[in-house]
Amino acid sequence: MPDAIIEIDKVSKRFGQLEVLKDLTFNVAPGEKLALIGPSGSGKTTILRILMTLEQINGGHIKVDGEQLWHMPANGGLAPANEAHLHRMRAKIGMVFQLFNLFPHMTVLRNVMLPPILTQGVRKEDAEARAMELLDMVGMAEKATAKPAQLSGGQKQRVAIARALALQPKVMLFDEVTSALDPELVEEVLNVMRRLAEETDMTMLLVTHEMSFAHDFADRVLFFDGGRIVEEGPPDQIFTNPREERTQGFLKKVIAAGQRI
Amino acid sequence: MFDFYDRWSGYIDLILQGALVTIELTLLGCALALVMAFVAGLGRLSQHWYLRWLATTYIEFFRGTSIFVQLFWAYFVLPLLGLPITPLQAAILALGLNVGAYGAEVVRGAVRSIGREQYEACIACNLSRFQTMRYVILPQAFVIMLPTFGNNAIELLKGTAVVSLISLADMTFQAQVVRAQTGSTAVPFITILILYFLMASAIAWVVRRLENRLTEGLEGTRK
Repeated sequence: MPDAIIEIDKVSKRFGQLEVLKDLTFNVAPGEKLALIGPSGSGKTTILRILMTLEQINGGHIKVDGEQLWHMPANGGLAPANEAHLHRMRAKIGMVFQLFNLFPHMTVLRNVMLPPILTQGVRKEDAEARAMELLDMVGMAEKATAKPAQLSGGQKQRVAIARALALQPKVMLFDEVTSALDPELVEEVLNVMRRLAEETDMTMLLVTHEMSFAHDFADRVLFFDGGRIVEEGPPDQIFTNPREERTQGFLKKVIAAGQRI
Repeated sequence: MFDFYDRWSGYIDLILQGALVTIELTLLGCALALVMAFVAGLGRLSQHWYLRWLATTYIEFFRGTSIFVQLFWAYFVLPLLGLPITPLQAAILALGLNVGAYGAEVVRGAVRSIGREQYEACIACNLSRFQTMRYVILPQAFVIMLPTFGNNAIELLKGTAVVSLISLADMTFQAQVVRAQTGSTAVPFITILILYFLMASAIAWVVRRLENRLTEGLEGTRK
């Protein structure tokens, strides 16, 4: 494996008494498409939120693109990261949320073009041109002047993907991006993501309950349970021939719930 | 009818001059109140304890003492401390600071009502704290503040009547002058009743227009 773009080393996380991540360790290679699956509360969304700096860690270290995420060098050792350090590190990472989190008071176009103007000093005309390109790519160029409230869930999520892409992050995090959508709207979002996976060499981490999509999309699948990685491997192995009992049990339940794998 | 006009036109003019003072006080008082509302409201949300303390002290002091006392302090005590002040300045200061204290709580409440997911989107988009407030949180919170700001502005308008106590010739002051000179209470006070009501209606109208414009296309407000 080439040098990892994400190195997660013995990371632990507690919410009060509840330990949601226990000495979690794994690496992600540049350009890798990684699917994180597992039951609710298994910690898969938490690790995404930690990578986006939305949650702090209680122990361990994380490196993104060769640099400590939650720490910074100080007096030959490491100190907790300050806001300036986090700000610099966030430029490498983008995230798409389950509930889209678009800015409701801005048009679709402004949602996508404003962040690069504010955080990267991109000129307005360039930001607009780039935003229109991205909206075109996700099939939302026609709705550029609409407000988010006028869009369907699938359309909102495609705009949210364009907004995250506009900042050109090295790592993109997708947190259950189809879970809040009506069933008939899921496919239009997944299609956009399939294209992204094929056409870019961006590193992508995907938390999902869509097993067949994880199967197609991912180079590698991590199965989480109880704050640990129980099993990992290429999708064919995890989905058709899982070794661990807990993985087998989880997949059985998923199939019983009516999903194809 | 002409008799009525001949008798009253001079006095009505006097009241209209007072109306101009009332309007001036209301506009400038609202401007100061708006600034104070944002300064103190955001101060209460600050991460620094001394800013929170300062803002809380200001709010509690001006909400907890009467506008009447504040006005007298501004007009009679500040000059003793070496700050010469005109009646108009004292009135604007007292009204603006008083209503601003109420407005600060409106600002704080509205900002806090914006969901966590908006802040998280801002972090994911790598906006700074200032940019998050300026471009994402405050524009959404402002829409929520507007109706209450409208109420506060009307309260301020009605509060301007106390300035007659420091002999500022506002509308109420002039009505009393007319009453003293003519012996009639009904005509001057019905006149200012109508004028106050028209001014309050104008404020309500402006706020409603602004609200309609700002909520255009927002969730839950589609028309």
